[in-house]
Amino acid sequence: MTLASREQEWAELMRAAIAGDAAAYRGFLQALTPHLRAMARRRCDSYGSPHSDAEDVVQEVLLAIHLKRGTWDQDRPIGPWLSAIVRNKMVDTLRRRGRHVDIPIEDVSDVLQADEPPDATQAHDIDRILSTLKGPQRDIVRSISVDGTSVRETAGRLNMTEGAVRVALHRALRTLAAAYRGNV
Amino acid sequence: MKTEDLIGVLAQDAPVAWRLSSRLAVAFSLGALIATTLFALAVGVRPDLLAVGGSARFLFKFSFALALLLGAAGAVTRIGRPGVGPGPWAFLLVALPIALALAVMVELFVTPEALWGTRLVGRNAAFCLTVIPILALAPLACLIIALRDSAPSRPGFAGAVAGLAAGGIAATLYASHCPDDSPLFVAVWYSSAIAMVVAAGYLMGARFLRW
Repeated sequence: MTLASREQEWAELMRAAIAGDAAAYRGFLQALTPHLRAMARRRCDSYGSPHSDAEDVVQEVLLAIHLKRGTWDQDRPIGPWLSAIVRNKMVDTLRRRGRHVDIPIEDVSDVLQADEPPDATQAHDIDRILSTLKGPQRDIVRSISVDGTSVRETAGRLNMTEGAVRVALHRALRTLAAAYRGNV
Repeated sequence: MKTEDLIGVLAQDAPVAWRLSSRLAVAFSLGALIATTLFALAVGVRPDLLAVGGSARFLFKFSFALALLLGAAGAVTRIGRPGVGPGPWAFLLVALPIALALAVMVELFVTPEALWGTRLVGRNAAFCLTVIPILALAPLACLIIALRDSAPSRPGFAGAVAGLAAGGIAATLYASHCPDDSPLFVAVWYSSAIAMVVAAGYLMGARFLRW
């Protein structure tokens, strides 16, 4: 697929997503993620961060794209918007992580000795941050992420209205982003 | 958590009900409304406005403040959008200090040297330094709140531009009250008052607009 047609397709998916199409949005994020991952791994190398940070970076960038998608002017191409937001966030998060890079040598040798290669799409920061969420926010994120339920099913399960679940989910994601800024 | 699971969570929060442009428009209007109300109640236009309204000095002063307001407001609409350049408004903001410098030179040329000091100090310098920042407070707060949904690459700088727009609103209002019309007065006191608002905007931006 050429760059231009991919950009066209992503723009269409994103327009549908902003209008509320969850499947289109999932498609967009899934298409984008491998690019983010490759970029994050390259950047981790150049910043001297361990490769295991890359997936944490990918997730933080995805969250930033999610929370800031309303800043994309739908009359403009999506490419420049996307690259600016990814570049900003990636530099920012790697710089922040770079200050905390401190890997005991035992961790590295543990990984080297492990029989199974660790799952490269597993990230850790987010679980630590999720564990600080409270009440319904935590239940909602867990229900959707672990059990794969939709907002509607989650609402039924938690005895809440769909609107309340949507509001709580959105707040939870904002809290997550703030926690990344403060803690990681 | 696996990235695939996070994507599943984000997808459930797909719709976006807001537009940055409309949020900024609301913030700008609300801020300007509060500032104007405050100005009308506590300060008011100068009594001789109709008599002096056509004078070259007053027209320059007022247009300067208005152009600053328009230029900075235009820049605010773009500052929080990743991948969008500064646009035509930036040129206006660059042109304004040049226009002010030219006006100062003309003023020095047409005014006897003995009057320079009087024109510069004016009658109302301390009031100008107080009123402009106070009038700018509400617009600045509104713009910063609206910009929290934006994604500025340099949060402090974005806050400073919001400060410039808020200072522009305040200066435009105050220009219709202030009896000092000389470009010398504008260059020193208006600029200082607006610089205070810009500095406050910078600090607020660095604090509240990180994302």
